[in-house]
Amino acid sequence: MKEKQEKNSQLEKEDVTLFGLFLAFAKVGVMTFGGGYAMLPIMQRELVDKRGWVKDAELMDYFAIGQCTPGVIAVNTATFTGRKLKGVIGGLVASMGVVFPSLIIISIIAALIKNFAHIQAVQDALAGIRVCVCILIFNAVFKMWKNAVVDWITLIMFILILIASLFFDASPILMVVLAAIAGIIVKGRNDADKIKYGSDTKEQVVDDIAVTSDSREVKK
Amino acid sequence: MISLFLRLYYEFFKVGLFAIGGGMATVPFLQEMGKSTGWFSPGELADMIAVSESTPGPIGINMATYVGYVSGVRHGGAIEGILGSVIATVAIVTAPIIIILIIAKFLEKFRENIYVNAALYGLRTASVALIAAAGISIVLFSIFQVENVYDIGKAVIDYRCFILAAAILVVTRWVPKVKEWHPIIFIAISAAIGIIFHMSV
Repeated sequence: MKEKQEKNSQLEKEDVTLFGLFLAFAKVGVMTFGGGYAMLPIMQRELVDKRGWVKDAELMDYFAIGQCTPGVIAVNTATFTGRKLKGVIGGLVASMGVVFPSLIIISIIAALIKNFAHIQAVQDALAGIRVCVCILIFNAVFKMWKNAVVDWITLIMFILILIASLFFDASPILMVVLAAIAGIIVKGRNDADKIKYGSDTKEQVVDDIAVTSDSREVKK
Repeated sequence: MISLFLRLYYEFFKVGLFAIGGGMATVPFLQEMGKSTGWFSPGELADMIAVSESTPGPIGINMATYVGYVSGVRHGGAIEGILGSVIATVAIVTAPIIIILIIAKFLEKFRENIYVNAALYGLRTASVALIAAAGISIVLFSIFQVENVYDIGKAVIDYRCFILAAAILVVTRWVPKVKEWHPIIFIAISAAIGIIFHMSV
């Protein structure tokens, strides 16, 4: 039974054309307003339920990794899925599919907005919208805070980066690079020591990391 | 013209390489780009964020397309604008696509690697701190109308902005059900309030 199912999905995979891949991801691009988390349910419906291209757990993995690697989450997930189905070319085609609708829609809006920008009502509307955008940005910060600032070390890093950016105009790229290095020095060395000196095997340390992140949740 | 496009590609390649954690993570990098290249003002950036949030497509991609278009038009016409939007969009996805194609080969090892996890521990913090800093700069510019923290003494106090900001904050964070609404609804309501109270004057 299981073999049969696998055979079926294998067949479906061979049926996937590059054009079909492009269209499916263009559809995801058109249907996503706001990006990020808003996109996950749409990808689940289009890729898992309707087409059976990937399993739910796979999609969650892609999404989780897409979030913590550089770049836009939607594109990262598309690259993963496309590569799984059609190799490297598939990854490229799926990514192009996701960005295609944005290119068309935004170019049109950007071209038109200039003709309206001088109208009083448009300027008033934009003034109101800018206030709203400020709050939306802080809402994104609140959402990410829980997973990012997890102990006093990350809290200190947060404050230092905030001060460096606001008062000293520090380059964001420099901040990102330094934060990665700091993370490896602070946490990587700790965990590596555990492997070296502790009786723990490597797997146990990995478990450890998972457990500490769980217990943090509980403490809160 | 070619030099503009090369610069556009280079700038957005950098954003794609360093912005981690989704759409809003591109904001601090775009802010820096606006300052160093003069392609768009802080006010235009705030408008771009609003447009990107309220149109279909991933926010990061929408921002790249928009900035690419605006910079292209500034140095030529509509055709340069369209070329600029394509170049910026391709540039912002170049590095991530390469990185994902590599990671996909070693998926399991990547997730369990101690050093990868340790780097991410720092990177997540940097990302949220940079977005917070960008948010504060945009507040300073959009609500207080000053260029940076040092000019805070010259801040313009417009009570309408405060009331609107406080109202949106309360509604989007603490009112059950309503806080689940899509951001586009709050953007539309804010636009209407802006028109009713002539907020640009």
